[in-house]
Amino acid sequence: MRPFSYIEPRTRAEALRLAHEHPEARFLAGGTTIVDLMKSDVMRPPMLIDVNRISGLDAIEHKDGVLHIGALARMSDVAADPAVRRHAPGLSESLLFAASGQLRNMASIGGNLLQRTRCLYFRDRHFPCNKREPGSGCSAIGGENRNLAVLGVSDHCIANYPGDFAIMLSALHGVIHLDGPAGERSVSANEFHVAPGATPQTETVLAPGEMITAVSLPTNRLSAQSHYLKVRDRSSYEFASVSVAAAAQFSDTDGTIQAATLALGGLAAKPWLVERASSLLVGKLADDQEVMGRLAELALDGAAPQSGNSYKLPQAKAAIARAFQTLSRRHEGDQG
Amino acid sequence: MRAVTSNGLTNPPAQHPAPDERFAALDPLKTIVIQMTINGQRRDVAVEPWSTLLDALRERIGMTGTKKGCNHGACGACTVMVDGRRVLSCLTLAMSARERQITTVEGLAAADGTLHPMQQAFAEHDALQCGYCTPGQIVSAVAMLDEVDQRRPSAATDPSRDFGGRNDLTEHEIRERLSGNLCRCAAYQNIVAAVREVAEATAPAQTGESNHATL
Repeated sequence: MRPFSYIEPRTRAEALRLAHEHPEARFLAGGTTIVDLMKSDVMRPPMLIDVNRISGLDAIEHKDGVLHIGALARMSDVAADPAVRRHAPGLSESLLFAASGQLRNMASIGGNLLQRTRCLYFRDRHFPCNKREPGSGCSAIGGENRNLAVLGVSDHCIANYPGDFAIMLSALHGVIHLDGPAGERSVSANEFHVAPGATPQTETVLAPGEMITAVSLPTNRLSAQSHYLKVRDRSSYEFASVSVAAAAQFSDTDGTIQAATLALGGLAAKPWLVERASSLLVGKLADDQEVMGRLAELALDGAAPQSGNSYKLPQAKAAIARAFQTLSRRHEGDQG
Repeated sequence: MRAVTSNGLTNPPAQHPAPDERFAALDPLKTIVIQMTINGQRRDVAVEPWSTLLDALRERIGMTGTKKGCNHGACGACTVMVDGRRVLSCLTLAMSARERQITTVEGLAAADGTLHPMQQAFAEHDALQCGYCTPGQIVSAVAMLDEVDQRRPSAATDPSRDFGGRNDLTEHEIRERLSGNLCRCAAYQNIVAAVREVAEATAPAQTGESNHATL
C-alpha cells in the first residue's frame, strides 16, 4: 500500500469537516473494498477518515412503517435483525447471499452500497480502464467480459455493479440519506447509482465530501413478501451473474398478483429497477409462462451483450420467472 | 501506556470501549505505538497508518499463527476475532483495531496447553493436509458456533423460519457458514466432520440466550 495518513473523528460533524478540508481523503468503514483496492493501487487516497467510532450511525429501527438502517450497521447485523427478517425478508436474503461470514461482520451498509465493480480490468492497473483512468480506454469491450454488464452500459464502460443489497433496496423503493457540505439530503435508491455514459469514473450522485448516513425503506405487505434470488457460478461466496430482487402481493382468493416490484442485479451497470413490472403483472399468475416471458422482455429491453456474456439473457429470463414462482409458493405456504 | 500521535497530541490512558477524542496519525511514514488486547493480554504495538492488523500480529508482535494467504480478503486464512466477531485481519487496519479485544488461534488453547475442542477435533478428524488454512478455519469455526448460538440466520436458513441454533445446524448450514474459509487441499469433508462433532459435543443449554461456552 502507498503510505497515507489516518484520522479518527468522534462525531459526524468532525468527519464531514475533515472530508471538506481534505477533498482527496476517503472515509473508512468496514474497509473490505477500500483496503483491498488500496493494496492493488487502484484507489490511492492520501488520507483515510475512519468513521467506525462515530456513535449513533449503526442503529437499526422499525418505526411507523419505516425501516431505518444506519450507514455503519454491519451487513451481518442487518441480515439477522428480526424486524428486517419479518418486514423485508428479501433484504435479509440479499445480505446473507453476499460475501462471507467474516466480510459480513466487517462491511457496513453504507460501504456496501459503494462497493466497486469486480471487472478484472478495473482491478488490474496493467490494463487501460476508463473507470480507473478516464480516457485510457475499455479493455473489457472485446476482452474478458463474461461477468460484466449487458444493461445500462456505454461505449466507455461495461462494468457491472456487483452488489446485492442495493438491488433489493431499489426494488423496495428505499431511500439513501446523505450528509455533506451542503447539508442533509435524501435520494431514492434507484437514483443513487448512475449509468456510466461518458464518465464511468462517476458511479453515484454522492457529492465531494458527502457521506451516506442511513438508508430507509417503507415496510408494507409488498416488502413483507420480498425475495432475492441470486444466480452465480458457486452456490456460496460468489458474486451474482444475474440476481432478481422481487416482491409480490397475491390475492387470497385466486392467487393472482395484486402488486409487484422487480429489480435486477449482476447484469447491469447499476441496480436495474424495472419500473413497469407491476402494471404488467397485476391480475396475472406467477405460473403464467407467457406473462413471465413478456416481463423478461420488458426487463431486458435494450440489452447489449458482449462476446462472453450473452448467456445472462436466458439466465435472467429463467431467474425472473423462478423468483415470482418462489414468492407464489411462499404465499400458498403462508395460507397453509 | 500513553500513545503519542504524530501530530504531537498525547492520548490519555485508554478507557474502554474507546477514548472519547480524536485520534490521528497525520504523518504517513511515522510509526506510532497503539494498544490492543491480544488473547487477553494488553500489548503495545508500533505500527504505521497503513499496517494491517495481520501484519501487526505477524511482523510486529511475532504471533505467526494467523496466516497470510491471499492478503485480499478472499481466502479466510487470516481470520481473527475482534471484540468476539470473526473478521479478516488482512483487510483490517491495525489502527482501526486500537483498543479492541483480539483473539487469534494462539488464544484458543487453555493456559495449561490443553487444546480447544475445535483444535482437538481438527487433529482427530485429520481435517487438513498442508495446514496453512487451518488456523483461519479453526478461529472461523469457533466464532461461527457463537453466531449459531446467537441464532443468527444464514443463506442456508429457511427465510420463513427463525434459525433454531445448534439443533438446526445441518451440514448445509455448516458449509454455507464456513464458505469464507478456502482449503486448497480440499479437506472440506473432514473439516465439516470436525465442526459437526464439536457443535454436538459442546452444545449449550438451549436458552435462547447468546453465550460464549465454546470459547
